[in-house]
Amino acid sequence: MALNESVRPPVGQMVYRRPLQKRPINVLFYAVMVILALAFLFPIVWAVTTSLKRPPELLVFPPRLLPAVPQWVNYATVFERVPFLMWAKNTVSVVLLGTLGQVLSASLAAYAFARFEFKGRNLLFLVTLGTMMLPEQVTLIPQFVLFHKLGWIDTLKPLWVPAWFGGGAFAIFLMRQFLMQLPRELDEAAIIDGAGAMRIYWQLLMPLCKPVLATLAVIGLIGRWNDYFGPLIYLSSDKRLTLAVGLTFFSKIPEGGMPVEHLMMASATMMTLPLILLFFAAQRYFVQGIAMTGLKG
Amino acid sequence: MTLSSRALAPEHSLPPMIRLLGKLVGGTTRTQIRRASQAYLFLLPWLIGLLFFWVGPIIASFYFSFSEYDVLSSPRWVGLQNYQKAFAGDQLFWPSLWRTFQYSFAVVPIGLAGSLCLAILLNRGLPGTNLFRTMFFVPHLVPAVATAMVWKWLLNPSLGPINLGLETIGLEGPGWLTRKEWALPSIIMMNLWGSFGGNQMLIFLAALQGVPQSLTEAAEIDGAGIWARFRHITMPMISPTILFNLILGVIGALKVFTSAHAATQGGPQYATWFIALHIYRHAFMYFQMGYGSALAWVFAVILLILTWVQMTWSNRWVYYAGE
Repeated sequence: MALNESVRPPVGQMVYRRPLQKRPINVLFYAVMVILALAFLFPIVWAVTTSLKRPPELLVFPPRLLPAVPQWVNYATVFERVPFLMWAKNTVSVVLLGTLGQVLSASLAAYAFARFEFKGRNLLFLVTLGTMMLPEQVTLIPQFVLFHKLGWIDTLKPLWVPAWFGGGAFAIFLMRQFLMQLPRELDEAAIIDGAGAMRIYWQLLMPLCKPVLATLAVIGLIGRWNDYFGPLIYLSSDKRLTLAVGLTFFSKIPEGGMPVEHLMMASATMMTLPLILLFFAAQRYFVQGIAMTGLKG
Repeated sequence: MTLSSRALAPEHSLPPMIRLLGKLVGGTTRTQIRRASQAYLFLLPWLIGLLFFWVGPIIASFYFSFSEYDVLSSPRWVGLQNYQKAFAGDQLFWPSLWRTFQYSFAVVPIGLAGSLCLAILLNRGLPGTNLFRTMFFVPHLVPAVATAMVWKWLLNPSLGPINLGLETIGLEGPGWLTRKEWALPSIIMMNLWGSFGGNQMLIFLAALQGVPQSLTEAAEIDGAGIWARFRHITMPMISPTILFNLILGVIGALKVFTSAHAATQGGPQYATWFIALHIYRHAFMYFQMGYGSALAWVFAVILLILTWVQMTWSNRWVYYAGE
C-alpha cells in the first residue's frame, strides 16, 4: 500500500483535507481569516477611495471612507500634472529588457552548470552562490563609478544592462535546480539524433522549463517594477524617472496648501494595478515557484 | 563512424592546440573538450557579469574604502582614515546601525511568526483557501514606495483613518511618522503589513504541506493535542524552512531603505535613519565614495558574521529529515 506522504499534492495547490469535519473550530478559523483579510485589504481600499475624492474632502474630519461623488477625473489629472505616461514607458522598458536578459542569460549559465562537465565547475558554482551572501552596498559604489565612466548616468541602461550578464545568482541557482530534475536521457537521445548543444538548450530543455521560466519572469518583473533604489541613484531628470521614484513627486510639491493625496493615491493605484493583474494571471506558477525557492534552499 | 572513433582517441593523438584547450577547460577527449568549451561559451555572459559586477567591484570597493574619492578626480589613498571616522568620528553611524538592528529585531520575529500563523490557517485546507491566500498576498504586491505613500496617509495624525479608529475606541492616537518616538514603530508596522502574507507565507505553506500527514495522525491517535503536535512534529519538520526564512528575513530587514526614504526621508530627527540611508547619503549625495565604501564594508562584515552565527546556532534547532 502506498504511504500517505508519498502522494504529496503539488505545491501551492490546496487539498481539501477533512472538509468541515470539525465544524465549530472551522467557523472560528473562518472568522479569523475574514478579519485578517479585511485588515490586510483595508489600506488598499482606503487608498483607492481616497484617489476618488475631491481635495476638500481630504481635509474633512472625521475622514469618511467613500467620496460623495467619485472623481474619476483625478486619474486624468495625474497625467496632466506629472509625466506619468513617460515614467510608465521607462518602467516598462527597464522591466521588459531587464527580465528578458535575466531569464535568457541565467538559463544559459544554469544549462552549463547542470549539463556539462568542465574544469572549475564546482568552484564557479560556489562563487555564484557566494555572491548572494554579500550585501549589495559593497558592489554598488564601484558599479556606480563604472556606469559613470561609461556615461550611463541618467540613462536607463544601468537598470537593465547588468541583467543580461548572468541574471544574478538566485536566478541561476533556481534554473539549475530545475534542470537537474530533468532526466539526462533526454539530452543523450537528442545528441544521438544529431542535435547540437544549442539546439538541445533551445528546442528541448527550455520548453520543459516553462514553469521555472515563468516563475523567474514574474519575480523579475515584480522586482524591477518596484525597484526604488536603482532609479534613485542612477536617474535624475524628471522625464527619465521610473514610476517608483516618480511616485514620490507628489509628496514634494507644495500646492498652496491644497492637499494632493488624492493624486498620490491615484498614482499609487495605477502603479500597483498592473502587478495585481500580473499576479492573477500567473498566480499558479508564481506561488509554486516561490514555494520551490524555500524547499530547495 | 569516423567521428566517434576520433572522439574516443586518446589525448596524445590530439593536436597540441586542442590539448592546451583541454587543459584549460577540462577534458581529455575531443568530445569532452568540445563539451567543456561549449559550457564556457554558455557561461560567458555570467563570467563577464561576475567579473564586472562582482569581483571587480569588490576589489575596487575595498580599495576605495582606504581612499578619498569623489568620482570626478582620482582616488587618493588615506589609509585607515575612513574607518577611523566611521568608528569614532561619525555621530550618525553607530546610532543608524543600532536603529537598523532595532528595526530588524522587531520585524524579523514578528514577521516570521505572523507568516507562519497565516500559513497554518491556510493549511487547514478549508474551502475558499485560495481566495484567502490571494487576499493575504496582495499587500506584498503593492510596491514599497506606494506602501509608504499609502501608510503615510493612513497614519496622518489628524486626517487618517487609523487615529480615527483609535479615537472611536477611546484612545488618543499618536503622531506616528511625524513624531520622533513613533516614527520607527510606524515604519515597522507598514513593512509588516507588506510582508506577513508575502513570500515567507508561501514558503511556509509549501513546507507545511510537506509535513507527512501520517505523522500528525499517528500522534493524534496517541493522544497528542494540537499544541503538542505542532511543537513536536510540525516545528521540527519545518525547521529548515524557518531557518531559510530567518536568514533571508534578516538580510532583507537590515537592508531597509525604501520605506524610510520615501515616507520620512530618515526623519523626524533621524528617528528612521537606517544604515542603508547613511551609506546612500555619503556615497550618492555627498559623493564620498571612499567613506561610503568603508561604511558598506563595515556593514557587510557585520552581516556576514550575523549570517554565520545564525547558521552555527541553527545546528541546535534545525532538524533535517533526510539525514
